[in-house]
Amino acid sequence: MPNKKLSIRIDGALVDAYEGQTILQAARAGGKYIPTLCDLEGITPVGGCRICMVEVEGIDRVMAACTSPVQEGMSVKTTTPRLTQHRRLTVELLLVERNHTCAVCVSNGHCELQTMATNLGVSTVRLAYNFPKLETDLSHPKYVLDHNRCILCTRCVRVCSELEGAHVWNLTSRGINTRLVADLNGKWGDSKGCTSCGKCVQACPTGALADKGRAVEEMVKQNDRISALAMRRGAEA
Amino acid sequence: MKRITIDPVTRIEGHAKVTIHLNDDGRVAGTEFHVTQVRGFEKFTEGRPYYEMPGITARICGICPVSHLLASAKACDSIMAVKIPPAAKLQRELVHCAQVVQSHALSFFYLSAPDLLLGMDADPATRNVMGLIAAHPELARQGIELRKFGQQAIEMLAKERIHGAGIVAGGMAEPVTTATRDKILVDLPAAKATAVQTLNFFKGAIENYQEEIEFFGSAPLMSAGLVDRSGNLQLYDGGLRFRDASGAIVEDQIPAEDYATWIGEASLRESYMKAPYFKPKGFPDGLYRVGPLGRINVADRCGTPLADAELEEFRQRFGHPAHSAFLYHYARLIEILYALERIEMILGMPELMSTQVRATAGVNALEGFGMIEAPRGVLIHHYKVDEQGAIVWANLIVATGHNALAIGKGVQQVSEHFIDGTKLQEGMLNRVSAVVRAYDPCLSCSTHAAGVVPVRIRLVGPQGEFLDEIARP
Repeated sequence: MPNKKLSIRIDGALVDAYEGQTILQAARAGGKYIPTLCDLEGITPVGGCRICMVEVEGIDRVMAACTSPVQEGMSVKTTTPRLTQHRRLTVELLLVERNHTCAVCVSNGHCELQTMATNLGVSTVRLAYNFPKLETDLSHPKYVLDHNRCILCTRCVRVCSELEGAHVWNLTSRGINTRLVADLNGKWGDSKGCTSCGKCVQACPTGALADKGRAVEEMVKQNDRISALAMRRGAEA
Repeated sequence: MKRITIDPVTRIEGHAKVTIHLNDDGRVAGTEFHVTQVRGFEKFTEGRPYYEMPGITARICGICPVSHLLASAKACDSIMAVKIPPAAKLQRELVHCAQVVQSHALSFFYLSAPDLLLGMDADPATRNVMGLIAAHPELARQGIELRKFGQQAIEMLAKERIHGAGIVAGGMAEPVTTATRDKILVDLPAAKATAVQTLNFFKGAIENYQEEIEFFGSAPLMSAGLVDRSGNLQLYDGGLRFRDASGAIVEDQIPAEDYATWIGEASLRESYMKAPYFKPKGFPDGLYRVGPLGRINVADRCGTPLADAELEEFRQRFGHPAHSAFLYHYARLIEILYALERIEMILGMPELMSTQVRATAGVNALEGFGMIEAPRGVLIHHYKVDEQGAIVWANLIVATGHNALAIGKGVQQVSEHFIDGTKLQEGMLNRVSAVVRAYDPCLSCSTHAAGVVPVRIRLVGPQGEFLDEIARP
């Protein structure tokens, strides 16, 4: 039985929504754009990246569109000076946290973080770069993990767990020390659970997970296929 | 004791300064050539996957990134232990020739022509490419067109004009299209005409530079460069040959993997640039020249008809080997012609158009070597990787580095001959800069190293006598 139909406003326009939907889902169904980074359609949202923040009338704080459920009569603003400011700063923080050197990256030209920065007009970064010394895990025969380019969006963690059912990936530690780990903090290549399906690589928004042997600019991700697969599984279930 | 500092030396790639020490009579007592920047590529590439090295090391330079891309890709090929498809090899040589054309055109027309055409003593405010455009618009335009030809060919063959992503480990990313081939063929005749015309112009003007030819780093030195098995000039492939100052071949067909047997690297007190030397002769006696003059001295012939005719004429005028650093300009023009002829030859080969251009493989060797002729001379990339392909150690010997000692010697000779401290004139100092410029040094490339480099401190007395030395290995 379909859920109860609700009526909400997004940027002033009336949009049909259904009970149980998130603001992001309702917006997408209604043809409204809200920028996202950690979200991947079909996979459980986590509200991690804070790019999809929106303003809801009557509420002071900004809210993550990907995890906030719609309510009858809700009025949402997706683009305000405050939100743009907020999103820019978020992207800048992501850029300074690790070593994102677009020029020599396999995903240059096809990177969601790069595209987001471009779309938001982040041409310079106002904060000091962190320049952490991070490792590259080359132990897997087909793929490579470069922590320098990871933004901890956990798409890989979620697709591996929810779609492939392998749950190889996880996060360890906290805050600035958070790292993506394979199994119980082992080398990717040593993981017995990894099926080498490559879904994590395709889901990754940056060059953090990539096919081995790809030169600069050569890694084009196909995360629409991951979404399509996830939606199909969802429909079957 | 007075000191003159030329800082920065202008119209070169990268940053350098020259210190000239004068004695109480205003005569030159000593000179130093300093390269004042540090880059750090050998250190910060540690841990990176080997196949990323072409893309990363290309960033050493914006003038001839293709050289680093190719040397690095060759080193990767050797780590993968693959023989790249024949079409990829031709395509690589093609893009390399295009680069030699654009880089040499930059050096000659943009950087050195102001000295040669406007005069060494011309007003420094207009002694630049803008002044050249005002005084010799047609020649300047042709120079710009020639550079454009090379840059556009690079873009079509390697995806981007600068730091092209089309050159990859194992070959090339994409095959040559017929549209690319035809476009280059259409533009080629004009480029060739410019090269020939410029050569004729230079040959006519060279009479005005007898003093420079005589005193511009004219000490007889050994030369080094790549040649094929029959002694023809090679830019992309070939073995390393050393020819001594008298013209005798000292060593020949040294493969890339044996470079360390013959080439040592010394650290200089006055510069961040390392100075390679020919090991059997030791440091600093084993100094040699590379680059256009080094190459045409080393080679028996070019292997293309027009360039060979020019080389013959060059040798009749200046001998073989020729020794004045001023003749680098001449050699550069001959090489532009050679590169254009090679482009024409390669474009005519049907095997160039094969779509098989990339070999794939994993790590099959833990060490890789790549050696090519960059526009400024021999370029060597040497990597060591672990079993998974992460770089554990890298050494790059770049073209300008080989010339470090020769440039220093040239600066010394020019200073001694042209500088009179009692009535100092700007034109005198410009000649010092011009001898540096003749080598077309790329100092951003030459200072790619980092970390604790071996240091050699030499104590030299007022008469130049060697007093003591402390070495940190």
